[in-house]
Amino acid sequence: MVVISGKGGTGKTVITANFAVLAQNKVIADCDVDAADLHLLTKPNIEERHEFKSSRVARIESELCKKCGKCSAVCRFNAINGNFSVDSIACEGCTVCSLICPEKAIKMEEESSGEWFISKTRYGTMVHARLGAAKENSGKLVTVVRKAAKEIGEREGADYCIIDGPPGIGCPVIASLAGVDFALIVTEPTLSGLHDLIRVAHLARQQRVKISVCINKYDINLENTEKIKEFCSQSDIDIAGEIPFEKKIVESLVRARPFLEHNESTEASRRIKKMWVKIQDVLHEV
Amino acid sequence: MIISIASGKGGTGKTTVAVSLALSLENVLLLDCDVEEPNAHLFLTQKMGKKRPVFVPVPRVDEKLCNYCGKCSEICAYNAIAVLKDKVLIFPELCHSCGGCSLLCPENAIFETKKEIGTIESSRNGNSIAFVQGRLRVGEARSAPLVSEVKKEIGIERDTIIDAPPGTACSVIESIKKSDFCILVTEPTPFGLHDLTLAVEMLKKIKIPFGVVINRSDLGDSRVENYCCKEKIPILMQIPFSRDIAVAYSKGKPIIEEKPEYRDKFKKLFHSIEKQIQEN
Repeated sequence: MVVISGKGGTGKTVITANFAVLAQNKVIADCDVDAADLHLLTKPNIEERHEFKSSRVARIESELCKKCGKCSAVCRFNAINGNFSVDSIACEGCTVCSLICPEKAIKMEEESSGEWFISKTRYGTMVHARLGAAKENSGKLVTVVRKAAKEIGEREGADYCIIDGPPGIGCPVIASLAGVDFALIVTEPTLSGLHDLIRVAHLARQQRVKISVCINKYDINLENTEKIKEFCSQSDIDIAGEIPFEKKIVESLVRARPFLEHNESTEASRRIKKMWVKIQDVLHEV
Repeated sequence: MIISIASGKGGTGKTTVAVSLALSLENVLLLDCDVEEPNAHLFLTQKMGKKRPVFVPVPRVDEKLCNYCGKCSEICAYNAIAVLKDKVLIFPELCHSCGGCSLLCPENAIFETKKEIGTIESSRNGNSIAFVQGRLRVGEARSAPLVSEVKKEIGIERDTIIDAPPGTACSVIESIKKSDFCILVTEPTPFGLHDLTLAVEMLKKIKIPFGVVINRSDLGDSRVENYCCKEKIPILMQIPFSRDIAVAYSKGKPIIEEKPEYRDKFKKLFHSIEKQIQEN
């Protein structure tokens, strides 16, 4: 299962960490590779480190370059400047310039785009990653993390793979949803939350993934909570849980501990536990 | 002057700051470059006006001319073309529109057709701010090309405020590149701090001056502030947590409407950024 949101900051990672506390026999994966945070709560001991090399960058060899300009004329990404050097951030590694250069002056060089890790945590094995800043191919790195988590899960005989997903609806989200049994959409009772929920639910439906919705901080605006419930009911989407806003959750976040580890008896913790039970039933059905 | 607003972490308050900053100034263009989940329009009362589709080129094979040599598939760096014995399969969702296949097909059998990736909507009426947003088609994997189109709306007549998406990857870079200054909005929690350091790394890479706004500044600890002081990153503004602001936000009400005293604070923020840019 993957936890997504559409809108950022609704509480995906906090909720995923709490599922990590509650679930038995699982593998955890952090697929928010752009801005991975789950490790701050699960405190993994990294056992394996792998380089993520997914793209190439063009490099123009100035001694061979005759400045004919054919390369910059074909470059669709404005990656070749007037001095015939390549902007490595703009370059998308399409290789067309290197193929078209009459002097064979352009070489494609493999770039390290990030790293991924297999770690042990007190909640189970965790696969996570770090995409380099300004890098492309977050979708590919998500796929790498998912594949590793699946293999580990099968090897360990895990019952669940619980994935912390990215915000938005772009390629890393699509890669996080691919082939997953269930997605929990964590939203908040704001106009932005509802707007973004509608789009990400549409995406999940396109990808044929079963979804439920968690309304986090539901008591901030009960009217919007009702609007979300109405949308879900019209769209045949279950509500997995409604969690109240509690300052204690922020406090435990600041102490970098999953909330449920030391807050057994608040309303929020009761509802998160109830939500996990509901989700387990859905997972068993699926 | 072009000021972009980014964060690293989602949900820190980028749109909140972008909208209130734009509304506090005169003669400003607000661009919503978070094309996956554009939210700024929810806080603006002006009516949305023109809407136009945005297209990118994707290849199509004329099978009458194709001899299934497979060169296109060899060239394609994104695995967007597969050549079988007597059939060519194109996967537009993987295509980066580089044009390589159509350019280099030895039989000239590949031409480019257009794929709609989303829309651009603008609203430029009367006294209100000029506003442009991009909206990515749901299911489209890449947002950077649409962001690039939105940014073409930047002119020299107005200052521009850019609401960027969360994260540090290519669509964020596309949103903030060539801006004169970037405001990083963060929150004083471990997630806020961690993602702020990633965003700072990104900004140093693309060499854009930046400063920090700490949102919900009293809900957390002092590690973000300490980090900023240590790294000599200017803290431009702190916005304490207020349930009133949170409720107003949930209803689509900008901060400056809920708390008008913030109008002056955002004006001061803009002027301090102006000063910093001029000094550099």
